[in-house]
Amino acid sequence: MSNPGGIGAGSEHDEEFRSTEEMVGGSIAEEYLPDGGVEEGVEIDLAAVDPGLADASHVAEVVASDRTIHASVGEPLLQMQGVTVKFGGLTALDDVTFDIRRGEILGLIGPNGAGKTTCFNTMSGIYRPTSGNVLFDGRPIGAVKRNQITRLGIARTFQNIRLFSDMTALENVVVGTDARHRTSVPGAIFRSSRHRHEEHDALDRAMALLEFVGIGSRATEKSRNLSYGDQRRLEIARALATQPKLLCLDEPAAGFNPAEKQALMDLIRKIRDDGFTVLLIEHDMRLVMGVTDRVVVLEFGRKIADGLPSEVASDPAVIAAYLGVPDDATA
Amino acid sequence: MSTDSTRPALQLSFSDKLRLWWDALARPTQWAVGVPFIILIALLPIIKPPLLTTVGTDFGSVLAQFGMFALLAIGLNVVVGQAGLLDLGYVGFYAIGAYTVALVTSPVSPWNLTDDWLAQDWAWLFAVPVAIAFTAVSGLILGTPTLRLRGDYLAIVTLGFGEIVRLLADNLTNITRGGQGLTQVAYPVVGVSEERPNGIFSAGNTIAPLNSGTWWFWLSIVLIIVVLLIVGNLERSRVGRAWVAIREDEDAAEIMGVPTFKFKLWAFIIGASIGGLSGALYAGQVQFVVPGSFNVINSMLFLCAVVLGGQGNKLGVILGAFIIVYLPNFFLGRTELLGIPINGDDIADYKYLFFGIALVVLMIFRPQGLIPARQKLLAYGRPIYVATRKAALALSRKPAVETKGGAR
Repeated sequence: MSNPGGIGAGSEHDEEFRSTEEMVGGSIAEEYLPDGGVEEGVEIDLAAVDPGLADASHVAEVVASDRTIHASVGEPLLQMQGVTVKFGGLTALDDVTFDIRRGEILGLIGPNGAGKTTCFNTMSGIYRPTSGNVLFDGRPIGAVKRNQITRLGIARTFQNIRLFSDMTALENVVVGTDARHRTSVPGAIFRSSRHRHEEHDALDRAMALLEFVGIGSRATEKSRNLSYGDQRRLEIARALATQPKLLCLDEPAAGFNPAEKQALMDLIRKIRDDGFTVLLIEHDMRLVMGVTDRVVVLEFGRKIADGLPSEVASDPAVIAAYLGVPDDATA
Repeated sequence: MSTDSTRPALQLSFSDKLRLWWDALARPTQWAVGVPFIILIALLPIIKPPLLTTVGTDFGSVLAQFGMFALLAIGLNVVVGQAGLLDLGYVGFYAIGAYTVALVTSPVSPWNLTDDWLAQDWAWLFAVPVAIAFTAVSGLILGTPTLRLRGDYLAIVTLGFGEIVRLLADNLTNITRGGQGLTQVAYPVVGVSEERPNGIFSAGNTIAPLNSGTWWFWLSIVLIIVVLLIVGNLERSRVGRAWVAIREDEDAAEIMGVPTFKFKLWAFIIGASIGGLSGALYAGQVQFVVPGSFNVINSMLFLCAVVLGGQGNKLGVILGAFIIVYLPNFFLGRTELLGIPINGDDIADYKYLFFGIALVVLMIFRPQGLIPARQKLLAYGRPIYVATRKAALALSRKPAVETKGGAR
């Protein structure tokens, strides 16, 4: 856990990339052919489904139908107030305080084991802070259930892709819209009018989201058959489907080649421009520096820097954390 | 594989072709094909096809039993196949449904109320919703504390539940009369005639081919269709999608905003109600309920039907139920098969052995079951499915296609 080589595309990631590429691009696709995936490799004609999907501005409109942030850009959306998380004797987060402001892309970086994912899990309700407060929209979320936190407006993706692999891409995204559904079992059994309305709505939004992240034509492919890059995009679409105010991306570029990283940066900017606030955990400094508005640096569970990307990059503490300090300097 | 730039055209298996063909039909055509098919199945006990019909037991009764098993399989499929919750005590709900009907309507039950306020002729029909409600509540009672458990732990607890229900039925002698059982359970008294003094559903109606078994089979077909419509509506809604999401990755589902506990509980309640309905049918048909009919081994048979047919596929589990009920009865009483002398009774006795072997073989060669699940989880996704089908057909007709590039 104490591997300090996090700057740039580490060799560790390149290896991960190769193995995942082989797994996803190669054997899985072939392995599932015999059992008859009808949808395998099929690209559907979107114009036949919904002509509106050809129009990018229409798609962007459907994706973020309720933008509320324009009024209050810069106000704090999520506040970490002296958050400490302990696992037994191990202090994973130690008195961490920072804000995520509306409409920004905040980068959360740090060497391996610095507590980035713990920080993330505390925000999404998987871990509870031992002390301190997490405020979202001014409201403490320490005791809120995980699915309720999503309903409040925090969505996330996973460092290791966790899609519903047996569902199609489209169905994955529609599951994300569940957070906004209000009908339940009776509505579904009797197909109440509100249920029908919600279902149609969810479908339209999900198609628009898939098109927004660039995989609309693969909508009916089983998600496990998608390429690695498309799976990452699908995770983002699924998270956006919950209509979040804050989108948390946990190492979305892990295993990407430079071209894919560039495309991802464009996508993240597009998401921000569409009205979402983005929190980005990333190892790749070039990507972080290229896309974020502000950066928070963690090391050993403590915040060591907070500021504009250019300031943070030249901060001696950050450089020391990433590159290490010569032995004679610490002595 | 990276050097390979082409791959063979999409190979469609027979079942995929059948599926594509069926999906391509317009709704009215689907009805025009489906309804005669169902009618044909309903007429089986009257047609009695030579090789298909059973020798040792009445074919109509076998099919009636199949109808009940099919209901059980559909209900268990909601829990196991769709929501992915391994329930080994499903027979408990079946027992609760049967015992509810028996307790409410049997004259030997301690609550012998029927003569006072409920007309005996309609008692069964009134008892059925009571049985469904009661099993739904029992599903809620079982699910609330146990659904926080996962996987093997849940399986063990539900296994215990199934045993508890049977042991209670056996030991609460002042309520259930224990091993003596509850006799003269009500059944729908309709179609009374001189030949059939107790109506067409009475066990006393043995006049072939329209004996009581046939009538119960027809009743269960109607109920199966109703249940399939309900379960199908649920499957193609947020509920069904939540179930599949829970099955695939419960934590991810929770974080995507799905209230997983609530929908797991719903799966239990809906599964239990369907099991209770089947139990009510059973009690009415047999008119006699004893604890011995609800051994845990029955749970395994139900589960076997689901796994054999294809978890998550409603038609698949019905086929599984048919195999489980029909095959032992096919051999029962048969002394020769295609000219070869056999001892059919022995083969039927060893049914657990054969089903066990069949399951092992299936798990090796076709772990997804005879008819694998192809769930459609979107109620109004037809335009997209149509577009996909067109693209898939186009792809399968091409001799070879370029492989799609890895990342886009």
